[in-house]
Amino acid sequence: MGYLDGFRVTLKKWAGTRTESGRRVTLEYPEEVRPKPERFHGRHVLNRYEDGMEKCIGCELCAGVCPASCIYVRGKDNDPADPTSPGERFGFIYEINYLRCIHCDLCVEACPTEAITETKLFEFAFTNRSDAIYTKDELLVGDDGRPQQMPWENWDGGFDPAENTSGWMRATSPSGSADFEGIVAWAGELGYGVRGAEHGQSAEAAPAAEPTEQDDDGHGGY
Amino acid sequence: MDPLLTGDIGLTAVLVVLLKVVVAFAALMVGVMLMVWFERKVVADMQNRIGPNRAGPFGLLQTLADGIKLFFKEDLQPDRSDPFVFKLAPFLSLIPAFLTFAVIPIAGDFSGNKHGVVTIFGEKTFMQVADPQMGILFVLAMSSVAVYGVMLAGWASGSKYPLLGSVRATAQMVSYEAALGLSVAAVLLVAGTLRTNGIVSAQSGWNWNVWMTLFVPFLIFTVAATAELNRPPFDLVEAEQELVGGFHTEYSSIRFALFFLAEFMNTVTMSAVIVTLFFGGPSGPIPSGAPGWVADYVLPFAYFFGKLIIFLFMFVSFRATLPRFRYDQLMDLGWKFLIPLALGWFLLLTAVRVANDQGWNVVLTAAVTVVGLAIGAVLLRASIRSAEEKSDLNATLVDEEVS
Repeated sequence: MGYLDGFRVTLKKWAGTRTESGRRVTLEYPEEVRPKPERFHGRHVLNRYEDGMEKCIGCELCAGVCPASCIYVRGKDNDPADPTSPGERFGFIYEINYLRCIHCDLCVEACPTEAITETKLFEFAFTNRSDAIYTKDELLVGDDGRPQQMPWENWDGGFDPAENTSGWMRATSPSGSADFEGIVAWAGELGYGVRGAEHGQSAEAAPAAEPTEQDDDGHGGY
Repeated sequence: MDPLLTGDIGLTAVLVVLLKVVVAFAALMVGVMLMVWFERKVVADMQNRIGPNRAGPFGLLQTLADGIKLFFKEDLQPDRSDPFVFKLAPFLSLIPAFLTFAVIPIAGDFSGNKHGVVTIFGEKTFMQVADPQMGILFVLAMSSVAVYGVMLAGWASGSKYPLLGSVRATAQMVSYEAALGLSVAAVLLVAGTLRTNGIVSAQSGWNWNVWMTLFVPFLIFTVAATAELNRPPFDLVEAEQELVGGFHTEYSSIRFALFFLAEFMNTVTMSAVIVTLFFGGPSGPIPSGAPGWVADYVLPFAYFFGKLIIFLFMFVSFRATLPRFRYDQLMDLGWKFLIPLALGWFLLLTAVRVANDQGWNVVLTAAVTVVGLAIGAVLLRASIRSAEEKSDLNATLVDEEVS
């Protein structure tokens, strides 16, 4: 019955919501949420080192690589008496326009100090332009190392906001060298220290690489 | 003729007519609302989705919410449109949809020899708004008027996609109206009357036209009705992938809602027409001991509604299952298959009927007719083939000239 085969399919789906073929694949979204993938591309955060120093050095590589031109960065020399970041310069202005951001994660890949990473937050519906443009104050993690929560953001998405803000970082070898596979080669974060490796990349498999080069404060330079 | 309108027409009769009109209007509006919900819910089930479930219990009020939303949206009108016709078109689409339902009997006791007469406020009447002599022709006429709604909407929009959609719509609806009319003719032959009430009366006691006319007119009518409604798989008029939204691309706000409403109202009405013509409408077995209100209203309406739901479900499953026809396939199906088949079947039924009346041998007459029709079919087939060959040849010649 060539012409009627199609009807058999739809009727089967219609009749059997409990059978495998008729099983519903959609969720009642606001009440039920799907678990987020490990390397979900959500709203960005600007990370800080374990001692509270900002990781951003104002190099503008993220702004340069951004295909949507949504990042605006200006660097500034650190005050030697009261440095904001451990390096010579720090990100003085840092703005991301979420009306343009496509969450491609290229900024995260470009960043030399792992300063910018992405959380799993995607439920942030702003109602005006100034809310849409996140400033450095809003992007920077708080003193407890957790992302700041804006009033218009919904962080009840079934994940811990602070957990795994650097999924991509820990899933690839930051240097691009295959020798670094399975080696913890990323810097610590405020409130969390050096995070464990992702599944399949056990930190125990190989000893952590010795820092080859370090600045005076003991930051960076692997 | 409706017994209400025979003899003296008093105030009560006028009030009864008014009551019927109001009830039919309200029932149809609510019915359409539920039909939209039903369609969305069933299609969702067939696609492993949940469907509307936010507004009201089971999402029943979703259509109402959509309607209210559309009321408050901006009413846009293209600069190059024809303002008067642009505003007229939605109503030309909606009003015929309403009017068609007026001739559908929805209840009444058709068992025995009662012909569905009920008594309201001491006045004898039918459970339908009107029972004109032309009956089913009125349905066909209204579906022809509805073509104007679609056609003028596309033409008055002053935009190319609506125009293409409406040109398709016009050609499609006009072609399939022929098949529709010819399959109805077979029913009229059996029922012997044009009045919808008479058609239902003739079918009481399981003499449903669907087997009295041997299924084929029913199948033709269903296919042609789907095409007439512009529903999938014949929704070339709207063809989202090709024509944006088809004839209603330029419509927004409540004007769009009117088209949307008309489309679903037509679906409900066309299902009701199928039930009336082929499945005995509200007629069905009524136990002899049943009290008057059960026999007159509850049971017949339950029969009618049950049959209606089956056909609404059928239209919805068409939409969920069948891919859209290509335009030439649509025309081929209509002109080269459905119309000849409907015509041939009508002639066959006529021959059998005449044989019965004249006392001829029915089997022999039918056999002779079938042979005659088969010869006709072969000739038709041959002529179609030779025409196709000729057009292929022309196409080749044109290609050669071009190259």
